[in-house]
Amino acid sequence: MSNEATLHSHQEVHGSLEHDQHGNGHDGHEHHGTFISKYVFSMDHKMIAKQFLITGIVWAIIGAFFSVLFRLQLGFPDTSFPWLSSILGHWAENGHIKPEAYYALVTMHGTILVFFVLTAGLSGTFSNFLIPLQVGARDMASPFMNMLSYWFFFIASLVMMASLFVQTGPASGGWTAYPPLSALGDASIGSKIGMDLWITSMALFVVSQLLGGLNYISTILNMRTKGMSMTKMPLTIWAFFFTAVLGVLSFPVLLSGFILLLFDRHAGTSFYLSDIFVAGKALSNEGGSAILYQHLFWFLGHPEVYIIVLPAMGIVSEVLAINSRKPIFGYLAMIGSLFAICILAFLVWAHHMFVTGLNPFLGAFFVLLTLLIAVPSAIKVFNWLTTIWRGNINFTPGALFSIGFVSTFISGGLTGIWLGNSSIDIHLHDTYFVIAHFHIVMGVSAFFGMFAGIYHWFPKMYGRFLNNTLGYIHFWITLCGAYLIFWPMHYEGLAGMPRRYYDYSTWESFKQFAGLNHFISIVVIMVFATQLLFVFNFFYSIFKGRKLTIANPWKATTLEWTTPIHAGHGNWPGEVPEVHRWPYDYSKDGVDFIPQTVPIGPNESEH
Amino acid sequence: MDTAITAKKKWWDGGYSPFNVSYGKLMMWFFLLSDAFTFGALLISYGTIRFSSISWPDPNEVFRSFPGAGEANLPLVFVSLMTFILIMSSVTMVLAVHEGHNRNRAGVAKWLAWTIVGGILFLSCQAWEWTHLWHEGAWWGRNPFMNQDGSPGSSNFTNFFFTITGFHGLHVTSGVILNIIILLNVLKGTYDDRGHYEMVEKVGLYWHFVDLVWVFVFTCFYLL
Repeated sequence: MSNEATLHSHQEVHGSLEHDQHGNGHDGHEHHGTFISKYVFSMDHKMIAKQFLITGIVWAIIGAFFSVLFRLQLGFPDTSFPWLSSILGHWAENGHIKPEAYYALVTMHGTILVFFVLTAGLSGTFSNFLIPLQVGARDMASPFMNMLSYWFFFIASLVMMASLFVQTGPASGGWTAYPPLSALGDASIGSKIGMDLWITSMALFVVSQLLGGLNYISTILNMRTKGMSMTKMPLTIWAFFFTAVLGVLSFPVLLSGFILLLFDRHAGTSFYLSDIFVAGKALSNEGGSAILYQHLFWFLGHPEVYIIVLPAMGIVSEVLAINSRKPIFGYLAMIGSLFAICILAFLVWAHHMFVTGLNPFLGAFFVLLTLLIAVPSAIKVFNWLTTIWRGNINFTPGALFSIGFVSTFISGGLTGIWLGNSSIDIHLHDTYFVIAHFHIVMGVSAFFGMFAGIYHWFPKMYGRFLNNTLGYIHFWITLCGAYLIFWPMHYEGLAGMPRRYYDYSTWESFKQFAGLNHFISIVVIMVFATQLLFVFNFFYSIFKGRKLTIANPWKATTLEWTTPIHAGHGNWPGEVPEVHRWPYDYSKDGVDFIPQTVPIGPNESEH
Repeated sequence: MDTAITAKKKWWDGGYSPFNVSYGKLMMWFFLLSDAFTFGALLISYGTIRFSSISWPDPNEVFRSFPGAGEANLPLVFVSLMTFILIMSSVTMVLAVHEGHNRNRAGVAKWLAWTIVGGILFLSCQAWEWTHLWHEGAWWGRNPFMNQDGSPGSSNFTNFFFTITGFHGLHVTSGVILNIIILLNVLKGTYDDRGHYEMVEKVGLYWHFVDLVWVFVFTCFYLL
């Protein structure tokens, strides 16, 4: 780069900072902006975060309701529910869900929860909300692209929603959409137009993730306020940073996989197809490899589980430190382990493919790399435990959900060590043991991280508190329910009970679990009802919740609490504050907490 | 404005861009990294399928035609011309960026226009090649060319060829469109008003990336 270019871009950087301050100058007017510019096509990162959150909540209700529907089939295979026929029409005759509908429900449950709720709803919400507020920026690097990111997600949501209502039903070949089932329209009813809509929706989703991720990365690197060095950033921001890096590097590979899948479906190609018979007739496709798709899919698919869980880890680190009134234990080790997880995430994808005929020699390396992830994960767990150790814990709902996260992350993580061994995986692959493992470690944990974040930052979002009593009920029933649902599944899986079956009562080996399945389904319904209680709490509190009267209700050190209770676009009415210390000065030198904006005193040492 | 940069400046302490670049350029770099993974995945898929096949058509036999040369055997001559055109368009892009540093509007406009011409020429060449192959019976799902060992060729030869060169062509097309938009802005004087020609640099990054990808696509489909 020539010297002159350096000078130009230098001016540009300064120019943009100055521009930002200008932007704030006319903020007063923006409060009177039209409904459309304030609530719909908003470029304020705080509003976009709320849009992501509420869209995510809508999807979470739908996705969780689907699980209630298929749990009815699994828990009560002989009982007729006439109301099912009323809402599902010909997809449920005589009060029984048809097999086709059952597969559609499990597929959409997975797709919705993994991508639309725990990716867009979790990192979309909190990356958007917290990055500018916690690094001290007026908004994202590109507010316009940020807005586009939400609207691409919205269109992806519309397409996915539409696929639920087409005549042949939505995609039903599992959330992984393996070919040949997903590549051949004649293979199943769910492989027809529903599959095309699924691919289209997911492609739009990838665009949304890319626009968001590029913004998160460049905001964190470029827009930090004065004094906010990388090691003065809260762990939330580090977690969002690595999440965005994972997304920007892994989603494009999924997109490539989808492009090839689309050609296989419609252009007569054989990328994934070879030697196939459909309805007794041999297809002409030759030379392709269905395993190729699995490689492409899991190159995203594995980083994806960290895209889901890293933001939760960041949120939990922050909420636990604040509510223990103690500095986070091992700040640098926390960053280092996030980094290690981010790297390893790209090197373990084939552990999803141990039984595909993968060369056992190659499998050995994937076993090794997979088990290595236990190291940074354990570092994080010990650091959370030592953070709350002998802390003066405020058991707010946010803190409880954070502790719940640590609990489920340990329980689910330990079973990951079992599954990461290729020889054990031969027995456990595609059983309920896998279901139990990833639901606890990724599903429940990520949800707990998300709930912790919502309870903790709700006052910043809406200027009101969520109801605490409802929060405690929500936490305890969800925690107990999660274990009651998924703990028994480990035993079913060890006994070899395969996932994705429609009816276990016809199998001699699995009849013994009828009672257990019955029990699980009843708990599912109770937990689902409790989540509706949370949804009620959420929307009720937006309008009627206890009002926030002070700007910093949790006595936290980070920058978002230095903004006014109802911060306008631009976040700070005056200058963006300067940062002088790390974000975890709790109970230091006998002081409860010292905000990041307070300079280091003359007789004070840096943490 | 004081632009003196001292060695003591703490670049990572916030308040500045640590790389001394605007967020836009940073985003472009990360986007290109992301896009490299898209192409990487496609090319690795191609390699996987090709190496699991027993034999594969010989590119010297498939790509031997030149417009107007009839049946003359000119292996890889046409694609060499295409590649030359695209690389020359990268050269003109470098010159456009250079003129941008000098804030020479006429110079930027001239070299950007040549870059656009190069891009359109490349796309036209690709269009001719695709049409020619189509007339020979090649398309997605159809491969008229024999393998080197004389066995009937797998349709995945053409499947990957059309998908990946098509995907690259799509990138060139969007690059040409971006270049045209930027050229119009240059002519309007937008960047003179703004005080710098950084947008030219950003589309320049994209354009060089698309050229670089072509080098890999070219190697994988025509040389190997």
